[in-house]
Amino acid sequence: MNALLATDVTKIYSEHKALDHVSITIPEKTIYGLLGPNGAGKTTLIRIINQIINSDSGEILIFGEKLKEKHIEIIGYLPEERGLYKKMKVGEQLLYLAQLKGLSRHDAMARIKVWLEKFEIKDWWHKKVEDLSKGMAQKVQFISTVLHEPKLIILDEPFSGFDPVNAQLITEKILELKENGSTIIFSTHRMETVESLCDHIALINKSKKILEGPKKQVKENYRSNTFLVEHKGNGFTLPSDKYEIKNQVRIEEDLYSTTIKATEGIKGNQVIRDLVDITELYSFQEKLPTMADIFIGLVKADGDEALRKHLQEV
Amino acid sequence: MNKVWLIIQREFLNRVQKKSFLITTILVPLIFPAIIGVLVYIMKKEAESAKADTVQVVDESGKFIFESGKRFAFVPLSMPLEQAKKAYNETKDFALLYIPPFDINKPEGMVIYTKENPSIEKVGNLESILQDRIRDLKLEAYKIDKETLKSLKVSINLKQINLSDTGEEKSSNSQILYFLGFGLGILIYMFVLIYGIQIMQGVIDEKTSKIVEVIVSSVKPFQLMLGKIIGIASVGLLQFTIWIILITALSTGVLGYFGLKMPQQQAMEEVAKQMDNEEVKIAMEQQQSKATEVFNNFFQLPLGKIAFVFVFYFLGGYLLYGALFAAVGSAVESMQESQQFQFPITLPLLIGYFGLFMFILRDPHGSVSFWLSVIPFTSPVAMVGRIGSGVPDWQLALSMVLLIGGFLFTTWIAGRVYRVGILMTGTKVSWKVMAKWFMMKG
Repeated sequence: MNALLATDVTKIYSEHKALDHVSITIPEKTIYGLLGPNGAGKTTLIRIINQIINSDSGEILIFGEKLKEKHIEIIGYLPEERGLYKKMKVGEQLLYLAQLKGLSRHDAMARIKVWLEKFEIKDWWHKKVEDLSKGMAQKVQFISTVLHEPKLIILDEPFSGFDPVNAQLITEKILELKENGSTIIFSTHRMETVESLCDHIALINKSKKILEGPKKQVKENYRSNTFLVEHKGNGFTLPSDKYEIKNQVRIEEDLYSTTIKATEGIKGNQVIRDLVDITELYSFQEKLPTMADIFIGLVKADGDEALRKHLQEV
Repeated sequence: MNKVWLIIQREFLNRVQKKSFLITTILVPLIFPAIIGVLVYIMKKEAESAKADTVQVVDESGKFIFESGKRFAFVPLSMPLEQAKKAYNETKDFALLYIPPFDINKPEGMVIYTKENPSIEKVGNLESILQDRIRDLKLEAYKIDKETLKSLKVSINLKQINLSDTGEEKSSNSQILYFLGFGLGILIYMFVLIYGIQIMQGVIDEKTSKIVEVIVSSVKPFQLMLGKIIGIASVGLLQFTIWIILITALSTGVLGYFGLKMPQQQAMEEVAKQMDNEEVKIAMEQQQSKATEVFNNFFQLPLGKIAFVFVFYFLGGYLLYGALFAAVGSAVESMQESQQFQFPITLPLLIGYFGLFMFILRDPHGSVSFWLSVIPFTSPVAMVGRIGSGVPDWQLALSMVLLIGGFLFTTWIAGRVYRVGILMTGTKVSWKVMAKWFMMKG
């Protein structure tokens, strides 16, 4: 079953089209990366899923049901702009937010204790949020997002504001949640997050979805039959009707790394066969496109300078 | 609805648990009895410790017989003024009074010599002693005795009675009504403003701390706004109730301690005792009977009705303006930024406030008073200002219905601006922008 199925979702603000017939499919129990530059419409889509705003047209099904007010309780949302009540104590705050998500006071209490223990911050219950560091407050906010054990968790830039140690901790918790059956939507700019965590991705640009699918398949689709070879000596020539030498770098002393693009139909084995005769091979691998590569390529084709620039910065 | 209840609870508890709430709730009612208490105490102390000032007198007219009293001890001197001045300079006495020979129809040339500037009060006291004596001399000259004079004095107090349609007589007092209307009107004005600004502050805090996006992913923006407004209203009601109880208890206590006498009355008794003056005693008795009449009249007022109307208009006015304050809070990002919007939304309230002084208290039944107390934006202040003077039931009902309609209307408008505003940051806000938000589809 799909955790979320959006069909032709459109949202127009007075003169600006924020979402233009966007359809996405988020399979259950996956980590789904929602990518795109600022202003592309990611936040609008997320807010529509959270029922903070309504779409002008289109339909959203959540676990097969039409999105309704009651579904608030099965969604956990961590907005990009983090915030808590500064004057409230950590425990009270979590209790309040959990109850707003429909948990009973009693259940909320028990779960908060479990989570505080998981993060080894049991003694924070009576601390005021304003006395916490930014990273500490982020942890509290993460807990508030998942406390009601939502089936669908929406995380907007979940790692911003975390140091590497805590980012690792959060990553573990996210994978744990996925193991336990939650579906997770990531909205992010960080390509390394997408590479390592996401199973599915969608790219939204200028209010439109321009790419969607399982990460593996997307990568497969964008294979360019390029190989990375490490070898001794720099001089070799390959038949130019079959190969194109893209780039050669000296690694050390007599060791070189060369990028070779083979014409379509030539498989890796064939490349090795052709190479062993003319040079001493140290390593050989197919160079798969990174997510960033794919996007930049896609966007170049799309002729969108702004997005290309943005992705390069990232 | 359950969620609105959670929000109300949070808003209420969070505010009530604050130290500042405790302090203002307890200190404010203490301030007035404390000031009165301290003043009465000081007055008493001063009266007890006061020593009579010595006044040396050079009376060349020979018309005065000075009796030393509590205030002044008179020392008659029988020496020329120049000599007396020198002698006075060597003493530590309060003053030297010089009275030249004078015509009782044109008493002139009296001088008081002192080392320091005397207080107006003391000079006044001396003057009145001199005046009394000269008046007595005149009475003698006109051959009028004091008894005749006393019988000439007339005092009229119009007793006010309202004749109702049923012919029932009700004693009334326009002064009480004036002060009652004045007090209640100002209270409403202050409450709406103080708690309205608290709503705005709360909304701004939620917006700038960014918590609001999390909250509105769990509840509808309108629920959040409503919960906040109601939560703060309950804080206000609680605070107000505590104030009433504390003020009543404290003033009863303070008055009880000083023997149920108001400071003025006490001062007058002192004067009367000292002067042994029949006139003053009579005036005082009248005053006292007037005081009891005031009390009686006050309790003849429909106090239950007034209390109900007060609470109704307090809540109605608060809800009406509270929603507008919430809308402004949602649009701006700081209190400073909110200022430009605050004035226009509180303008009608201010009109009600000035209307209270200019029309309602002077002429509670005039047409301006009527309109001010019926239009929802001014009625909270205006109606409580009028209520003591007796408002026809149909007017009260009309005003109440309009007020309910008014706050539903402002809440609806505010809710539409609020739902968009709380999620907007970095926008330069103007009335036009807010109007746009209002028109926006969900």
